[in-house]
Amino acid sequence: MTISLPSVPLPAALNPWAATAMIAAVVLASTTGEVLTAAAMKSIGDLDVIRAHSGLKGAIRAVLTSPLFFAGVFFLALAFFSLLFALNHLNLSLVGPASASLTLVTNAVAGKIFLKENVDRRRWAAAVLVCVGVYLLAH
Amino acid sequence: MPKHTLSPRQYLILGLVAVSAPLGDSCLSRGMAAMPAIMLAHPGSLIAAVFTPWIALGIALLIGFFASYLTALSWADLTFVLPATAFGYVIIALLARFWLHEAISLERWAGIVLVTLGVGFVAQGPSLTQHPAAELEVAHEREAGTE
Repeated sequence: MTISLPSVPLPAALNPWAATAMIAAVVLASTTGEVLTAAAMKSIGDLDVIRAHSGLKGAIRAVLTSPLFFAGVFFLALAFFSLLFALNHLNLSLVGPASASLTLVTNAVAGKIFLKENVDRRRWAAAVLVCVGVYLLAH
Repeated sequence: MPKHTLSPRQYLILGLVAVSAPLGDSCLSRGMAAMPAIMLAHPGSLIAAVFTPWIALGIALLIGFFASYLTALSWADLTFVLPATAFGYVIIALLARFWLHEAISLERWAGIVLVTLGVGFVAQGPSLTQHPAAELEVAHEREAGTE
C-alpha cells in the first residue's frame, strides 16, 4: 500500500483541523511537561531549603541530577517548538488564549490524577474562572 | 498541618513567575510574526529563529520564568502555581492600561475580573497538598524502627 502525500503543503491557517491539531499538540505536550516537572520538583524537595543548606550550586545540582526533570523539560521543549510552529501559521489571538486556557483545565485534571493533588471545589472553580478569564483577556 | 502562609520571598517568586511569562511570550510573538512562513519540511528554520533579537529576548525572559517556576513548584502544588501564573495576564493588561494608556475593552475587563476571582479562590486555600498516605508510611517506618 502506498500513501501519497500532497507535494504542496496545505495552507494550515485555512484548515480548522490543522489549527485544532496544532493547538492540541501544544496543550498535550505542555500538560505532560508540567506534570513531569512538578513531580520532579516535589521529589527534589523545597529548593529554598536546599539552597540554604548547600548553596545555589547545590540547588542547581539537585535539579540537574533528576531524570524526571529532564523528561519534563523534553516535553516542555516540545511544547515550546510546537507553539513557535503554531504562531507562525495562526494568529496569537487564537493560539495564545486557546492553549493557555485549555492547559489550565487539563493541568487541573492531570494534577488530580497523576500528582494526587487535592483539587477541591475551590481549585476547580479557580481553574474554570481563570480559564474563561484568560480566554477573554488574551483574545 | 496544612501550609497556609507563604513568606514574602515566596510571594516575590510567584510575582516573577506571573510577570516574566507573558512578557516573554509577547517578545516571541513579535519575533515570530516577522519571520517568513515555516514549513514542517524545513524544521531547521525554527532553530535559526532562536537567534533573532526579539526571540532571544523572549527566551531570556522565559529562562527567568522557568527558574522561578521550578522554585515555586518545589514548595507549592501545580494547581496552586498555575492560576498565579495566569495572574500575569492581568498585570500586563493593567500595565498596558495605566502605563501605555491603551484602551481595555469590556471583554478584557471581564477577563481581568474572572482571573482575579479565580486567583483569589486558590490563594485562600493551602498551597501544598499534604498526603496522609505518605505521612502514615513515615509514621509506620518510625514505629518499625523503634520496635
